[in-house]
Amino acid sequence: MEEPDTEPPLVVVPGADPSARQLCFAWGPAEVLVCETRFGRADAGEGAPGSSRVFVVRRDQDIYIQTLRKLFNESHGIFMGLQRSEEELAGKSRKAQLVQVSKNYRSVIRACMEDMHQAAVSTRDPALQGQYSTQVSILSAMELIWNLCEILFVEAAAAGLLLLRLLDWVRLHVCDVDSMVREVLSSENPSKHKLFWNVVDVFVLQGRMDEARHLLSKEVTANPTSMNMYKILDDLMKKMPMPSLGNTQTLTELELKWQHWHEECQRFLQDGTFASNPHMESICKILVGDEDAILEKKELMTTWYHFLVTRLLYSHPTVKPMELRFYAQSSMDLFLGGESSPEPLDMILMAAFEFEMHQVIKECSIVLSNWWFVAHLTDLLDHCKLLQSHNLYFGSNMREFLLLEYASGLFSHHSLWQLGVDYFDHCPEFGRVYLELHIERIPLNTEQKALKVLRICEQRQMHEQVRSICKIMAMKALRNNRLGSALSWSIRAKDAAFATLISDRFLKDYCERGCFSDLDLIDNLGPSMLLSDRLTFLGKYREFHRLYGEKRFPEAARLLLTLMTAHIAPCSFWMTLLTDALPLLEQKEIIFSAEQTYELMRCLEDLTAGNVDKQKFQEDDVETTKVEMLRLALARNLARVIVKEGTVEGS
Amino acid sequence: MEDVSAKFVSQKISRTRWRPPPAASLQPPDVFATGSWDNEDNRISFWSADDLGNVGLNGEYHGEPHLLCDIQHNGDVMDMQFLDQERIVVASSTGTVTIFRHHQNNQTLSANHRWERAHYHVDQDTSCGGAACTGVVCNKPEIVTVGEDGRINLFRADQKDAVRTIDNADSSTLHAVTFLRTTEILTVNSIGQLKIWDLRQQRNEPSQIFSLAGDRVPLHCVDRHPNQQHIVATGGQDGMLSIWDIRQGTMPVSLLNAHEAEMWEVHFHPSNPDHLFTCSEDGSLWHWDSSTNVSEKPSFLHQGGRSTTYLSHNTINQSVVSAWLSNDPTKDRMEITNLIPNQTLSVNSLDVLGPCLVYGTDAEAIYVNRQLFA
Repeated sequence: MEEPDTEPPLVVVPGADPSARQLCFAWGPAEVLVCETRFGRADAGEGAPGSSRVFVVRRDQDIYIQTLRKLFNESHGIFMGLQRSEEELAGKSRKAQLVQVSKNYRSVIRACMEDMHQAAVSTRDPALQGQYSTQVSILSAMELIWNLCEILFVEAAAAGLLLLRLLDWVRLHVCDVDSMVREVLSSENPSKHKLFWNVVDVFVLQGRMDEARHLLSKEVTANPTSMNMYKILDDLMKKMPMPSLGNTQTLTELELKWQHWHEECQRFLQDGTFASNPHMESICKILVGDEDAILEKKELMTTWYHFLVTRLLYSHPTVKPMELRFYAQSSMDLFLGGESSPEPLDMILMAAFEFEMHQVIKECSIVLSNWWFVAHLTDLLDHCKLLQSHNLYFGSNMREFLLLEYASGLFSHHSLWQLGVDYFDHCPEFGRVYLELHIERIPLNTEQKALKVLRICEQRQMHEQVRSICKIMAMKALRNNRLGSALSWSIRAKDAAFATLISDRFLKDYCERGCFSDLDLIDNLGPSMLLSDRLTFLGKYREFHRLYGEKRFPEAARLLLTLMTAHIAPCSFWMTLLTDALPLLEQKEIIFSAEQTYELMRCLEDLTAGNVDKQKFQEDDVETTKVEMLRLALARNLARVIVKEGTVEGS
Repeated sequence: MEDVSAKFVSQKISRTRWRPPPAASLQPPDVFATGSWDNEDNRISFWSADDLGNVGLNGEYHGEPHLLCDIQHNGDVMDMQFLDQERIVVASSTGTVTIFRHHQNNQTLSANHRWERAHYHVDQDTSCGGAACTGVVCNKPEIVTVGEDGRINLFRADQKDAVRTIDNADSSTLHAVTFLRTTEILTVNSIGQLKIWDLRQQRNEPSQIFSLAGDRVPLHCVDRHPNQQHIVATGGQDGMLSIWDIRQGTMPVSLLNAHEAEMWEVHFHPSNPDHLFTCSEDGSLWHWDSSTNVSEKPSFLHQGGRSTTYLSHNTINQSVVSAWLSNDPTKDRMEITNLIPNQTLSVNSLDVLGPCLVYGTDAEAIYVNRQLFA
């Protein structure tokens, strides 16, 4: 086992007091149960009896944030789309597809951020507001990291394009300046605004040349003396060579052009062309990539990665992906300048710049309070075929491990469990086992929910779980005296034992009440009658009653006899069946033939002789009378039938 | 689906219903209600799908439905139905039936009347005394509910107690109910039976029982043709759509292979009953168009990105004129369109009124399509 890299964080369970009493715990699938024991600290002996509370400690707490449910649900759709997408798509189109998926994920994060922001603005409760704001900043950090990973890993932008992407990335995420820009632009006289030069600087630092030039032109109209200087600077800014999206120029061409431009800028700087205007001079210094000049604008850039991108823009526009790590490290050192230590987010971004994908995922897992981010990012990177080589020393691979964690979290939620199912489906090694364990633990409060869970199990041929769910439902129905429902559930589970149990209940009810309940069900059993012997008997016995009711006596008699001779009827029920034969024997016309009568007699004798509990028969008056009556009826019938059969044959 | 607007609502939706427009109104419906299920805190919500005021400067449609008001509801919402413009009847998994009133002037909801434990299990001492009420249907002022306890209740909106209760009306779970005529109702149950009950008769037995042959596939939903009352459509656990002619026989007139999993709702279009809509656990929502005359409108001319299939109409009956029952070989086809490609989680409910369709899913989203026949 590897040693953990960081000390595991301490979780304080509010309400539990480990200093007074020892705590015990039990692991659950995605949560831990903690409770106070009766034992005090080692020295104190047995503690005082107190409240016996059980605490549920959840790991993936973000699952329970209402607004984030949108994120989970929408990303579930994207995730499923990605799993379905065709791997055959070759090269370029596959990459475009993956980048699109990545963008979709990001837009979901952004939409969620907006919702959260709205919620923060509209709520009056300061505690809630704080909570929302924290969430907004977490989401925004997630999006920042995801976007960088998209550029570096998913799209794997090459030199040239890489810089353009990084510029977009910085523009999108360093948005503190946007309000400043708005403020200046909306003022009556922008060039006189105190933040005017700040805004120009921001534009230059972010490489937004056109906007910077537009602003500068306003300054010139207000201040014509600097016209000459302005023209030169404007020309430099206009001419600045940039990598282009189309493949019209090669990297070498660009480098040549850029070198030429760079020298030109330097010449003007050395000439002292801008000496009289410190603002313009500092802009020109930025253009030549003077690190000190750029660092002076630290407040405007706010982050070291902005500094990095600006630095790359003006000194190494054709930076290759593999060179990034050197610039990133030195930029961070320069920017932080030993004043402050890097925060977790900085470390994650740094790991990304170093192309340490696993480090990124690991750090994110530690820092973020949810599995959503790492699970989806890892899955995407895995689809980019970037993680194949890496195997964990436990479980299967990292993708699967993280997906399992995330889906387990979903399953611990009372409502989001349905999403978890699809994630488990796409974990080839352990997904099935996890699903089996989790799905059985879903509380089934209505039949409709049970049907949904059943459908999930049936689609995946999880017979064991299907049986167990049906049994639970059948048991519930039985407890509620809903025999019909209970029988339906056990038929669905093909649970013969349970069907027998319920059939017995039906028969018992019949013996007690003398009529059947739930006729609509028993009359319509159809082929499912064959599930258990007892159920078959129930169905056939009911059929006998129907035939009898319809006065189809010969058929009824035949059926009754078969029930006994074919041993479909349980022995305990034979007495009832024989009693049912009584009225048939007493009918005016003869129904049982001689042969049938003999068989009936044999059944009766079998019953009285075979009964172990003979004593009971003899002592019980009612039973004795019944047997006597039956014998009498059988004898009379036999007499009549012998006469009749003899006459018919004789004539 | 360019003309569909969606909204993620952070709760699994079990029912969606359009509010009926005022009698004389020709406007399309603009307000709908949703109910959620399987939440710790379930809610009834009213939404506005009105696109007026939402239309941007270039006339593009930004009509994401927005919340008007909501109220907490005890238990899962199993079914709901508008009683009139202002009141909606909601069936709960706790067995309670509640009428909520929507106050339109200040956009609030309040519980107007409640029948606690309208459905319950006889064995009162077990923990789960209440039984889920699975279906409700209104014909103002009458309300009929059915439940897992196999009970049928008849309420009047203005009366405190049930007007009539049929205990043990069914030995299995009743899944849905609808009015056949003002005094007769139809129920479907979990052993594949369709029963007609005449509420005028005091006998606690159905006046007629229809059933699927053989395999007793549970039926989950039922709807009656709005004009031809003898035509009834039901949807089953295997996703099959059955069309019944209740004037004759005891078996369905036709069985149409449809969804791959439970069909949760079926609705005839109220004013254009040649069209039928079904939704299912498999995440699809189908539009069945029986008005298509193949000879007039060849299938290859009908394109547009939607997956369109023609199903052979396997009818037994011959003498009836309705498109749903017809067996004319030249017209013996139906155009079926799946309105949701690539959906994975269940579509639990749909409602259709005029040109508007609303549906809700387990993926916690509601969708509104306001140009159904465009």
